[in-house]
Amino acid sequence: MESTNEVTLEMLQKQVDVLTKKVGKLEKNRKDQLSMAVVSGDMDKILATMVISLAAAAMDTQVKLFFSFWSLSALRDPKKSPKGKDFISKMFGIMLPKSKNHLSLSNMNMAGMGPMMIKMLMKKKNVLSLDEMFKQAGELGIEITICEMSMDLMGFKKEEFIDYPNLRFAGAATFVADAGESAMQLFI
Amino acid sequence: MTTEELKNVTSNLTVDARGTACPGPLLAAKKAIGEIESGEIMEILSADEGTKNDIPRWCEKVGHEYLGFYDEDSFSRLFLIKE
Repeated sequence: MESTNEVTLEMLQKQVDVLTKKVGKLEKNRKDQLSMAVVSGDMDKILATMVISLAAAAMDTQVKLFFSFWSLSALRDPKKSPKGKDFISKMFGIMLPKSKNHLSLSNMNMAGMGPMMIKMLMKKKNVLSLDEMFKQAGELGIEITICEMSMDLMGFKKEEFIDYPNLRFAGAATFVADAGESAMQLFI
Repeated sequence: MTTEELKNVTSNLTVDARGTACPGPLLAAKKAIGEIESGEIMEILSADEGTKNDIPRWCEKVGHEYLGFYDEDSFSRLFLIKE
């Protein structure tokens, strides 16, 4: 009888150890952190990204933005023109929006009339401009990571992106790792 | 707190965020909160309706004590005690 008791205790102890490990892992996995995969390059979607990020950062949530594909246009600096691009990269550079202030709307774009009207309304209604939002994002420590693969694919160079504190370049695994430990994950 | 009680509150710091829409007032509040000590009162002036819901949620999350708000003609005054 006694020996069976001992075995049970040992087994319990083992199970407790396993559970403690699991709980520890879960706690680590639910960081107060927001991870966003930003794929769209539409003005409205970049606006949404920045408004949500700023609100989260103001609420002391760590924010990590992963910019990929069309969204990279929003991070271009129109004053920078890197050398050494091949023909296709140059064509992409010409055809894609030159900065966050050159983006089109996903709806009601009307050949550029829409974005102009939205910018006018934003000014009138005291909404921060995209320039101002990126500035504040930098000050609040919002991390921006550029997807290296889509950067290469679209022929962008590291030198043509905006000056932003700690702008990082990484791959999809970085987003997956960041998102995995975030309590919130969004895809735009 | 009732409006009457809030009208008698003396704030240690008043943040005028009337010139900005969401999330401007929250950002202004977040920046200004560092300027006061724990237990002191901050007053936020906002013309943005959403802020009346956002500031209490922020306080709840970060730990400040939200006291309430009252409306003026074209804006609201929101009050909180720093954690």
